[in-house]
Amino acid sequence: MTRVNWWLTGLLAACSLTVLVPLYFTVVTALKSPDQLTGSGLALPSEIRWSNFATAWELTGYPRAALTSALITVSAVLLTLLTNSLVAYAIARNMERRLFKGLYYYFVSALFVPFPIIMLPVVKQTSMLGLDNQAGLILLYVVYGLAFNIFLYVGYIRSIPVSLEEAARVDGAGTWTVFWRVIFPLLAPMNATVGILTFLWAWNDFLLPLVVLSEAQTLPLVQYVFQSQFNTDYTVAFASYLMALAPVLIVYVFAQRWVISGVLRGSVKG
Amino acid sequence: MSRAFYWMVLPAFVLFFVFHTVPVLQGVYYSLTDSPGYGEHAFVGLRNYVNLFKDDRILDAYLFTFQFAVVATILTNVIALAIAVGLSARIRFRTALRGIFFIPNVLAILIVGYIFNYLFSNYVPVLLGELAWIGVVVVAVWQAVAFNIIIYLAGLQTIPEDLHEAARIDGAGSWRRFRSVVFPLIAPFFTVNMVLSLKNFLQVFDHIVALTNGGPGTATTSVSLLIYTGGFQGGEYAYQTANAIVYFVVIVLVSIFQLRILQRREQL
Repeated sequence: MTRVNWWLTGLLAACSLTVLVPLYFTVVTALKSPDQLTGSGLALPSEIRWSNFATAWELTGYPRAALTSALITVSAVLLTLLTNSLVAYAIARNMERRLFKGLYYYFVSALFVPFPIIMLPVVKQTSMLGLDNQAGLILLYVVYGLAFNIFLYVGYIRSIPVSLEEAARVDGAGTWTVFWRVIFPLLAPMNATVGILTFLWAWNDFLLPLVVLSEAQTLPLVQYVFQSQFNTDYTVAFASYLMALAPVLIVYVFAQRWVISGVLRGSVKG
Repeated sequence: MSRAFYWMVLPAFVLFFVFHTVPVLQGVYYSLTDSPGYGEHAFVGLRNYVNLFKDDRILDAYLFTFQFAVVATILTNVIALAIAVGLSARIRFRTALRGIFFIPNVLAILIVGYIFNYLFSNYVPVLLGELAWIGVVVVAVWQAVAFNIIIYLAGLQTIPEDLHEAARIDGAGSWRRFRSVVFPLIAPFFTVNMVLSLKNFLQVFDHIVALTNGGPGTATTSVSLLIYTGGFQGGEYAYQTANAIVYFVVIVLVSIFQLRILQRREQL
């Protein structure tokens, strides 16, 4: 009964070209010199021009922007995992109390508030508090992430039997110890999901860094700022785009299954 | 109950209140003033709200945003569902194909937008000109399909294989099987995807910055873009805050309305 449907396989492979062709186009364009940008644009470069990357690297200050993006993303992910899970634990184990239940709905209801609503006041606030920098941005990701992450974690923690904790308590462990020693390790699958979602959000985000950061620039922000200077030099622009996309693409190639299942776990819960 | 639980939630509550709730309340307050975003301001009551409804720019932005969002939502869900059904059939290279279809979800929309901007301007310039809104739809759908496929795949996995077999033995063709067996079973996933897609597309921003910057003219100025440009550069801080609040109410109402309709369908 396991007859392979080759016709359908072919059709889906053809559909996947809609994803692959723009990516292929990006790669070959980044490798060409401007005079090779003729015809369909799909031809392989007749002569590879590595200097596009060097030019883009210098022009946009790539190492600095990549470092900024990496710092913000990694910090946001780590802090989110450590703090949001803790808050969710306290809420999940006290859902029968009105205070904690109220808190749960307080955080989760923020999911319905689109960012543009708070955008203008937040910008005022962060610049007033001296948080118009990387630290401020990291803080905002961790705090805004609460809305969805509390929802994910609480659902997951409630499925963990309380008896596991009670055993540790009998041995004299306090609430903090129980969380870090017993619960946090059990959260590994949900931590993976929250980590991946936070990573993709912080790494690819444009609007929040655009309005919050006063000096530092993330990778997407750099593309925006230098767009006018790329204007005529498409091959350099594409080298810059490719370098900006490369880190996450490389991670994805190696961790594909893991990323998809992580995202899936988050969405099926959601 | 251990007192530790209070300490676990207190800092999060304070920070969330300061950085989320306070801005919401500030937004409500500023929307009732004439503040340009700096300096002094006076209380003007509901004037901003009244003016919103008389402003063609605002009306056009809402029309464009809804037109774009509705078309993009439908296309995204039809395409994603079709591909997901294909991927869960008896095909080869399933994992590799699934991996490829998911790639757009991990890429920054802004940069994807710049790449498409170049493709459009060289091969289909009309998608940056007269038909710019379709250009925005193309990029938005290209990106959003990735995520929706994954959700539909999850839904399709919940259907037991013997249900398919039973329908096949009854002689149902593949379209019939989809209509009367598969679709009703994944209806909850359809509801979630439709609501989330529409909500996300109504907030479209990055795509437009990269493709058209709201142009030509103001043809592709979305509500988010208008709030951003008017609020930060146009000296309309208070006015755009009022716009943002109206926009929030609209999004919540649309989501509730959509949920109602789709859930009623699910039960049929």
